[in-house]
Amino acid sequence: MSSDLDQLLAAKEIVVCCGSGGVGKTSVAAAIGLGAAARLGGRVLVLTVDPARRLATALGVGGLGNIERQVPPEVIQAATGAAPRGELWAAMLDTKQSWDQLVLRHAPDEIAAFRILENRLYTNLTARFVQSHDYIAMERLYELHSSGQWDLIVIDTPPSAHAIDFLDAPARMADFFGGRLLRLLTLPYRVGGTRGSRMLNAASKPFYSIADRLLGSRLLEEIAEFFLNFQAMYDGFVERAQAVERLLHDRRTTFAVITTLEAAPLNEAESFIAALVDRKLHLGALVLNKVLPAYFVAPDVINAAAHLSDDADAMGAGLAADASLGGAPLADAARNARVLRTVSESFHNFALVAAREAELRAELGRVPDVVATVPSAESDIGDVQGLAWIAGHLLSTR
Amino acid sequence: MLDRRLLCFTGKGGVGKSTMAAAAALLAVQHGKRVLVVEVDAKGALPALLGHAPVGYRPETVAPGVRAMAMDTEQSLREYLRLNLRVPVVGRIGPLARAFDFVATAAPGVKEILTIGKILWEVRAAIDGTADHDLVIVDAAATGHVVSQLGAPQSIRELADVGPLRSQTEWMIELLSDPAITELNVVTTPEEMPVAETIELVARVRSELSVPLGSVIVNRVLPELFTRADEAAFEAMRAPAASEWIAARAGAGTAEVLDGARLAVELRRARAEHLDALRAAVDLPLLYVPYQFTATPGLRMTTVIAEALGEELGL
Repeated sequence: MSSDLDQLLAAKEIVVCCGSGGVGKTSVAAAIGLGAAARLGGRVLVLTVDPARRLATALGVGGLGNIERQVPPEVIQAATGAAPRGELWAAMLDTKQSWDQLVLRHAPDEIAAFRILENRLYTNLTARFVQSHDYIAMERLYELHSSGQWDLIVIDTPPSAHAIDFLDAPARMADFFGGRLLRLLTLPYRVGGTRGSRMLNAASKPFYSIADRLLGSRLLEEIAEFFLNFQAMYDGFVERAQAVERLLHDRRTTFAVITTLEAAPLNEAESFIAALVDRKLHLGALVLNKVLPAYFVAPDVINAAAHLSDDADAMGAGLAADASLGGAPLADAARNARVLRTVSESFHNFALVAAREAELRAELGRVPDVVATVPSAESDIGDVQGLAWIAGHLLSTR
Repeated sequence: MLDRRLLCFTGKGGVGKSTMAAAAALLAVQHGKRVLVVEVDAKGALPALLGHAPVGYRPETVAPGVRAMAMDTEQSLREYLRLNLRVPVVGRIGPLARAFDFVATAAPGVKEILTIGKILWEVRAAIDGTADHDLVIVDAAATGHVVSQLGAPQSIRELADVGPLRSQTEWMIELLSDPAITELNVVTTPEEMPVAETIELVARVRSELSVPLGSVIVNRVLPELFTRADEAAFEAMRAPAASEWIAARAGAGTAEVLDGARLAVELRRARAEHLDALRAAVDLPLLYVPYQFTATPGLRMTTVIAEALGEELGL
């Protein structure tokens, strides 16, 4: 009974879920975790970045920091109808707290750590900048994986301007802290603690003159001080960023690309797939989410819909004439005809969308071995039952 | 809306904010305005929505009356340095780019100020009558990032005590705060996360920025299929006796057709709840744009949406 996705989940320790905003990435990530915990067993952790409030509450992680919480087995049993074989845990990513922990870990002493944590550039940088979310998500993943406590970690990636940004975050971070420009910027401040502009070489001078005129010297000094403090942690940071990068390339890590069958998310999914292949990262699965049911493109169903509209008046009258067919609600022939036409028209509207989806799917280029489809849910996914419903589709389709 | 000089559109990723920006541009042209459209997250989507190939930093005509440009902060910096500081940048692009990348990453708000600075520069030119446009329409950053983008002049003023950047922030804040000039519109869909982000954003804009809010545009609103009595008739048709009777006449597949209508009713109902939450939490005008069944993203869809938007605005 095992599907390809079962096999993938059994073989991997990390599933990174990615895709553009609005495709249901968080729900699918949580559903993958739920499915794995319920069916495969082991200790499974879902690390989520920005869940909808109802979903966070359902998983028991509403509004809390970096703490892992177990979803009670009875909640899973109530949703799936069977006792889960393993444990499902969930955690939120608290960006600020994760950065602070990182600084505390790598700073040479408490005073140095405190100086960084108090710096207003640090506060700004960690709290507000999207790139810092990208890196810290990967860093947190590494931290959890190396704790040795989890059989499978499913991570939902942060919303980025471009979905691939977080892939390069560890490398960029290592490059940044190891970069020539960091040395360049902090150089005058390292020499005797005063700004010895005569120490500047030909390469850095134009940079300083521009930066100084643009930003004013106080801000420039503040920036330099911040990075000077950060340099104490340089080795730890770079080593760590490289380890995170290695983890993404590890055989035990796989990526699941999640998309809807709409033009824009699909374009992004395709460029993401290309980026994964390009970086030699493991592309494990493509999840097509919120897909309209297949009956919208079935010829006999389309035919029936056409009949409803063509013969609406006759059928409306027929339904009204025979009381055994529905009685009072169907007593008005004109109403019946109107309802039948509306049903038919609505069907044709959705059939158009479904046909476009089918065409987009057929045009998909390179896809991974596992392609799973989750139908459009009638209502929002906001509880464990909804997740179980998604999991049922994910783990039973090929 | 169209009498402003700067219209910004934001919203959660995927709700159609580029489409609304493009539709607003078409609408403005119909009302005699010359428009400059600025795409901030240069993905090339916006010109495509007006039937044109992607554009660069230098504005290009993408439709009659509409010019478009893609924001590029490095280019914006070069332009700024050239115009304001008389720094000879030509020939020093390599080191400058790296230095810029560094400072932009290190100093919060620098990238943002270069973006909003360039935009406001164009707005000022429109007001002075020295530009080829009367109105600037911005496909701005998504909800998560737009506050730091529009708030950049304020942040810079707090961070930098001296320097030309600080002195530049004064006129920027003035333009951004003027309700006769600037309007920020939030695009959403009637779904849980987009609505939650919209409510949160409106509160944040009010508490952290002085930027005037315009409307909330609700995109992809599904049609209401039935009145209450019609729905009772529909439910009676789904019961076995009636549905088998219909199937005997309309053919196999009738049950699925009825299921399809049921799905449409349920989808609309789930969305109505989110709309109620939005109405209860946000006191801005709501503009409704119907779900587009027939058109795919492109000039045709933008045209249809511009029409719907115009009707909602009473234009």
